[in-house]
Amino acid sequence: MRRKPLAPDALDDIDRQLINQLQDGFPLSNRPFAEVGEALGTDEDDVLKRLANLREIGAITRFGPFIDAAAMGGAFCLCAMAVPEERFETVMTLVNAHKEVAHNYERVHHLNMWFVLACDQPSGIDEVADRIEAETDIEVKRFPKLKEFFIGFKVSA
Amino acid sequence: MTIDTIDRKILTATQGGLPLTAQPYAEVAGWLGLEEAEVVSRIQTMIDSGVIRRIAVAPNHYALGMVANGMSVWDVDDAVSEELGAQVGALDFVSHCYLRPRALPEWPYNLFAMLHGSTRDEVEAHRAEVIAILGDACRSNDILYSTRILKKTGMRLTKGR
Repeated sequence: MRRKPLAPDALDDIDRQLINQLQDGFPLSNRPFAEVGEALGTDEDDVLKRLANLREIGAITRFGPFIDAAAMGGAFCLCAMAVPEERFETVMTLVNAHKEVAHNYERVHHLNMWFVLACDQPSGIDEVADRIEAETDIEVKRFPKLKEFFIGFKVSA
Repeated sequence: MTIDTIDRKILTATQGGLPLTAQPYAEVAGWLGLEEAEVVSRIQTMIDSGVIRRIAVAPNHYALGMVANGMSVWDVDDAVSEELGAQVGALDFVSHCYLRPRALPEWPYNLFAMLHGSTRDEVEAHRAEVIAILGDACRSNDILYSTRILKKTGMRLTKGR
């Protein structure tokens, strides 16, 4: 995934409005991109080209349904490990190999590896976390969410 | 909430992303041998029941210039943590905000909020704003800066079940 900022002129105002609008939702209709285009003062074809470009240049990471694992009887869990520096790459490879690891970040802290497990059954969280502990011989601290405060983040348009 | 085999096929087919074509739901229906109307109504039902949170884009904060991101963590008095968490979650430089269990003694923090800014200084200024909001209800805080994305995918469903 792209980590470097795009050039300041990589996105125009409509691109930014598109990103902001599509964070809140996308129509469930026969011609959804046409509806989005109309709301932004452009057309279907332009919206499709812009989204393909935004994906291509790495301005967006995903476009599609966001699944709530909990509503399906599954679960998410934030996990953290304190990984010795000299073992970091090896442990990262072992952790990332699990398909339940949805994302994983290196952070500046004694607990330096933070990842989210997403499983389609609640029992999967402890199963995978226990397996990672067995594979790495490092404790996997588990921070399941107790309450979520939703959530908005806007690109300055 | 349970979903059936066809719902599951729809989720599996779209979890990598919706197709960028004029009629994306018709396209998905074609892949699965369904009618567009059925795909739309099943997705609507899954949105209504909360299985699908929303159909949306996920911005790449880094690419968009929000290169300084920190996971701020706060030890907030349990008596007021829900009320204050809602206030922090509503700030527009906060992308995710959760209450989570502490892991005492080494981890006293129960409120997690992702703070975003174009520079580290801007993130620290946001952190100061949160300190002001939480006031005496917050006993201590820290911020963990990310130095590397090691993996990022959406939730992946396992097939079948």
